[in-house]
Amino acid sequence: MFTIGLGHYLSVAAILFATGIFGIFLNRKNVIVILMSVELMLLAVNINMVAFSAHLGDLMGQVFSLFILTVAAAEAAIGLAILVAFFRARGSIAVEDINSMKG
Amino acid sequence: MIEALVFYMFALTAIASGVMVVVSRNPVHSVLFLIVAFFNAAGLFVLLGAEFLAMILVVVYVGAVAVLFLFVVMMLDVNQVELRQGFLQYLPIGGVIGGILTFELLFIVGAWQFQPDVSAAIAAAAPPPDQVTNTQALGSLIYTRFAYLFQAAGAILLVAMIGAIALTHRKRPGVKKQKIADQIAREDSIELKKVETGRGI
Repeated sequence: MFTIGLGHYLSVAAILFATGIFGIFLNRKNVIVILMSVELMLLAVNINMVAFSAHLGDLMGQVFSLFILTVAAAEAAIGLAILVAFFRARGSIAVEDINSMKG
Repeated sequence: MIEALVFYMFALTAIASGVMVVVSRNPVHSVLFLIVAFFNAAGLFVLLGAEFLAMILVVVYVGAVAVLFLFVVMMLDVNQVELRQGFLQYLPIGGVIGGILTFELLFIVGAWQFQPDVSAAIAAAAPPPDQVTNTQALGSLIYTRFAYLFQAAGAILLVAMIGAIALTHRKRPGVKKQKIADQIAREDSIELKKVETGRGI
């Protein structure tokens, strides 16, 4: 309980990841909150990477985490740009309204 | 003891604010709770000894990404009440799937062990932290062994920047702007004169 090991960090990351999944299912009307849930999941993955890196004494995990941060920042920028363009075209950001491609 | 207390403080705050990101009614509050979650994750990184990533998390995520989210949330004029319809409708399936996933992940964490020869697979052993700082060790790895990946990350950011600008840039009709090329290309405004040497015009 009072000695913090790898399992504690992995549990925190697992709970955060599941919270992100839960948010994607819960917020079907708001794409912005879905994007925020994706950011939360990426954060959980980063916590996993850094926890293993610290536990094994291998810096590879932190390097990976750095690249994940880069890709997450690019993803957020592109996602929000698509969202703004979509809102200009349709006047709504609900997931149900994104159906013009009939997928 | 102190480390455990600090860990539980950061971890519980991060999880609580993560839940609040998902369930809060106002998207602005969601963004603010996301910022709290990132700060606490940065605290966890510091506890793990990854100081550089912790600072990067604060600078990049809180300073750039979260502010970008806040900007977009406030710029888009969306109906708050309408956004929340169907919240209860999707609550059961979301709760079931989230619960199953949490259970599975925690089960993996509980039952999981390292292979005995895992130390042979370490790809980039961390130098002792009392001699080389975390930032220095990461830098000596990124700029040498992962130089090409580092360049690729820069290219990804460049593509994202150009893509975001191209997606959101728009030309408004009816706005008078100076077009220098058209101005110069006008026939009647420019007259070419042949100036003879030593005579002047």
